[in-house]
Amino acid sequence: MAEKTEGMLSPYRVLDLADERGLMCGKLMGDLGADVLKIERPGGDPARNIGPFYHDEEDPEKSLYWFAVNTSKRGITLDIETAEGRDIFRKLVKTADFVIESFSPGYMDGLGLGYAELEKINPGIILVSITPFGQTGPQKDFKASDLVLWAAGAGPCMRSFGDYDRPLHRISQHPQTYFHAGTEAVVGAMVALYHRGDSGEGQHVDVSIQECMGFFPVGDWDLNRRYRPRGASPIPVNVRHIWPCKDGYVMWRYTGGPNAVRHSIPLVNWMVDEGMADDWLKNFDWQNFSHFNTTQDVIDRMEEQTINFFMGHTKAEMMAGAIKNRIMLYPVAAANDMAESPQLAARDFWPRVEHPELGTDIRYPGKFANASETPPVISRRAPLVGEHNEEIFVEELDISRESLAKLKQDGVV
Amino acid sequence: MSKKPLEGIKVADFTWVWTGPTSTKVLADFGATVLRIESKVRPDVWRIQPPFKDDIPGPNRGAVFNSQNTSKMSCSVNLGLPKGKEIAKKFVAWADIVADNYAGGAMDRMGLGYEVLKEINPDIIMMSSSLMGQSGPWHNSPGYGDQLTAVSGISHISGWPDRIPGEVGFYTDYIAPRFNALTILAALDYRRRTGKGQYLDVAQHQGSLQFVGPMLLDYEVNNRIAGRMGNRDPRGAPHGNFCCKGVDRWCAITVFDDEEWQSFCRTIGDPPWTKEPRFATLEGRKENEDELEVLVTAFTVNQVDRDLMNTMQTAGVPAMMVNTPEDAMEHDPQLLSREFFQWRDHPELGSYRAPRQPCVLSKTPCQIERAPLYGEHNEYAFKEILGMTDDEIAELVIEGVVQ
Repeated sequence: MAEKTEGMLSPYRVLDLADERGLMCGKLMGDLGADVLKIERPGGDPARNIGPFYHDEEDPEKSLYWFAVNTSKRGITLDIETAEGRDIFRKLVKTADFVIESFSPGYMDGLGLGYAELEKINPGIILVSITPFGQTGPQKDFKASDLVLWAAGAGPCMRSFGDYDRPLHRISQHPQTYFHAGTEAVVGAMVALYHRGDSGEGQHVDVSIQECMGFFPVGDWDLNRRYRPRGASPIPVNVRHIWPCKDGYVMWRYTGGPNAVRHSIPLVNWMVDEGMADDWLKNFDWQNFSHFNTTQDVIDRMEEQTINFFMGHTKAEMMAGAIKNRIMLYPVAAANDMAESPQLAARDFWPRVEHPELGTDIRYPGKFANASETPPVISRRAPLVGEHNEEIFVEELDISRESLAKLKQDGVV
Repeated sequence: MSKKPLEGIKVADFTWVWTGPTSTKVLADFGATVLRIESKVRPDVWRIQPPFKDDIPGPNRGAVFNSQNTSKMSCSVNLGLPKGKEIAKKFVAWADIVADNYAGGAMDRMGLGYEVLKEINPDIIMMSSSLMGQSGPWHNSPGYGDQLTAVSGISHISGWPDRIPGEVGFYTDYIAPRFNALTILAALDYRRRTGKGQYLDVAQHQGSLQFVGPMLLDYEVNNRIAGRMGNRDPRGAPHGNFCCKGVDRWCAITVFDDEEWQSFCRTIGDPPWTKEPRFATLEGRKENEDELEVLVTAFTVNQVDRDLMNTMQTAGVPAMMVNTPEDAMEHDPQLLSREFFQWRDHPELGSYRAPRQPCVLSKTPCQIERAPLYGEHNEYAFKEILGMTDDEIAELVIEGVVQ
């Protein structure tokens, strides 16, 4: 595991009060070098109960979901609903640069910890609030979940997903909408940081997950009052984009005209080399081929031979051939394909992160970028519940061990 | 209004298509001076691809271009000519940030790689956003967002367990700009403190994998390969998009705990089936989810999506009609109230709407301006920034460097 080296955000401290909806924000800032303190309620954050789990053992210290979105953080427990807890939190705010939270709008104000209060303690503090619909507006208190936020998206991405004979669907597994918001929140935090550098003043960054899901282009509605209904194809023939192969699927499309040089021709040449294309396909006129001037019979004849060819090769073989022959084809990768990807290995993407409490280390998905001076790095695994209480409360805030014991007894930490 | 947060930051913007322009839009909307350097020889795809206003093609009429390039300036330089490259280098000398999103290695081949640019401007921050990054066996493999979505494991977990992987379009194109922008901004703060610029090799693939982290760990630790679950979620039932009255109208309804289940049952009028013991617990609802979904749909299919959403929300059940572009732009009370889409005047479009940034900063909110016409700021770029004379500019036009 890498030592904590100089990162882009090394001088800064982040107090991370966020739940499931905002955990990604602190993770990314931690990987960029910030000193992130995950502050959990006594007993631990409910996100620790989200699976999958290490060796399938359901345990708040073994959630792989928790592991993934809390790297490079230290952890303390603190109940900010108690007066003593709030006092301690206010002390921490004095030396902090960012507070990340994802409570319902108004909750922090109700505790006397809203931006107006925090600003009095530390004029430079940047408060990042991540909520489903933002801090203002008639639906700010609507209840939400990942699927609800896919539906609410300001750019209705989900509208374009799914087979017409079935419901629209989201992306399975973990909450993409929360990951978008947590990542976007870093963007907002960084803009506020830059402004603070000039002015010395912090501010409140209001992140609406609905707006973060506003990426899908809606300009055709705006300019021409129309959008393509689900199930309607822009072309008059049915063509495959996702094709079966020996051990899964690949993504590929036949293209004619000048682009055929980069697409169709090298693939057909490869098929010819392996005796998998008939003379018709071998001599096909790609320069004049277009999805608008062909027939379904032609497409079917082309696709039948192509499937036969793909079925003889694995995803990894197809990708290697695509690189070698300069073909724009990619595997539809599953988790194991990414784990074995030669590209990710060459990019040194998988750091081993030590988990002394499990007596092992685990290979993690690592940095999102290379950087010549200060690359992002996972500096430590996610914190255990209250792992750094002593470090922060006793060593840093000079709370005596006796007082800490009392705070524990009272359920404050 | 106080000074814009990124005012004074200068960006030489070589990006095109979607991910790059969307990344530099962040900087421009927050006040940086972003100069697009573009050409007719290799035009930005979204200057020449439909949809166009009134279906009349034109470089300034595209829906996507004008939404993703707000608040920027545009100058036209043919980078294929040696003189074009020389001009590009002058913009680099002026800039704080250089951004591109060509396939790996392309800027090097054009003679505009980081090593060259660093000579011209030692503290430059250069951000290259490519599919696979600038190194590794796949580094120069080009591709679009749908292909990256496939190779990043997202297609495999999209859709239905009994069907082939679902197509979710250019999904990773919506992830990559966030990583591009946050990396640039963090590097900008680092430079302000240390004086050091740097090269940011942001691989869109590696950013996308942050969004599937738990399932990658599940494979590392448990050897499990995550698959497709439609709309289902182990923590809730019913949990899906349910068909409503009308054509392709849907309402997302998600019920997690018992309290939400009770509220849900009340809202649909407590029909007898909701009292069946098999639906009494989450575990039971998960076990009988196929039947549960059929029963819920039998109710929702006669409901208007917006009314259903509102009654569910009033009862405390997380629910939301599935917006269409029309719903989002014209009827969503929340988005309208927060002015997410903003009207701007445009010489060729009349009035049009573009999205602001999703982060609202209390003291320095973003202030978007319309997207630039092709080459609209040539005079500013060549005269004000580079200090060229009218004669020098005329010569460049004659030589085809400026078109």
